[in-house]
Amino acid sequence: MNLDTMSPDQVVYAQWGVVSINATLVYTWVTIALIALVVHLVTRKLVISGKRTRGQQFLEWAVESIREEIGQAMNRDPRPYLPFIAGLFLFIAVSNVLSVVPGYVSPTASLSTTAALALCVFLAVPVFGMTSIGIKRYLKSYFEPFWLMFPFNIIGELSRTLALAVRLFGNMMSAGKVAAILLAITPLLFPIIMNLFGLLTGLVQAYIFAILATVYIASAVNVTSKQVDRREEMTEQLG
Amino acid sequence: MDSQTLIAVVSIITAGFTIALGSIGPALAEGRALCEALRAIAQQPDESSTLIRILFVGLAMVESTAIYCFVVAMIVLFANPFWSPATGG
Repeated sequence: MNLDTMSPDQVVYAQWGVVSINATLVYTWVTIALIALVVHLVTRKLVISGKRTRGQQFLEWAVESIREEIGQAMNRDPRPYLPFIAGLFLFIAVSNVLSVVPGYVSPTASLSTTAALALCVFLAVPVFGMTSIGIKRYLKSYFEPFWLMFPFNIIGELSRTLALAVRLFGNMMSAGKVAAILLAITPLLFPIIMNLFGLLTGLVQAYIFAILATVYIASAVNVTSKQVDRREEMTEQLG
Repeated sequence: MDSQTLIAVVSIITAGFTIALGSIGPALAEGRALCEALRAIAQQPDESSTLIRILFVGLAMVESTAIYCFVVAMIVLFANPFWSPATGG
């Protein structure tokens, strides 16, 4: 019994040499296909003015509220960051909420998926930082506030990526395990209540993941160094 | 009791203690944070969205220590490198 038996990674459907199709992969594809299908069906007939369909109303509300949250958290125009963060939130939220469907195993209950999502955030932070404020200024921010802090900043980045992955994995995996164990002990009413509670924590975890990603990107993009600013001011004044 | 059984017994007890002791501190701290956030929201209801967002981010940060303890307990139980049935199987 090792870490693999606690996750859908263990259930393998097909295998060719080193490549194996396991349950995590299959349910990730199912989630992606579901989101894409629903969005495609709604956006086939979009109207700008006049009576909107309920699906369009719902999707507009979802996109608007996510954009509002990102804008408030980052204190700047949210549009460049919206696809990435909204994609994270929608994937995690849909896969967590669908876990109450019998037979569906949430792909975020596997450390592989959550590690991949955390790696995406880990790579996105420098990308957004460098495209926003320039490579030199972003790299200089690692030496703020004092050049000796460089290793600690690096370690901080790595540890918060790890924490992102493990937080989501721990919450989703434990929800599934608690439900399974309770089914063996008191199968009548309590597992249903724990399943519903798992829904709530799933949505909260999706929100926390997205907001933490936003805050990390904001801290990379909002970097202002007093020295850099003053030098820029002086070069502006001189010429 | 041979050494493998001894390792298993100690691992089980350690895992229980790890998660039990490791969740005391974060739980107390999160309760404090929630209390202060509620007080702040009661004082300034207009800022409640900012406060709630900061509350969630802070709770996630504080929860990290509990998660580290949980991970250690899981590793000791299910991926124990000193217990040969786990590494061999």
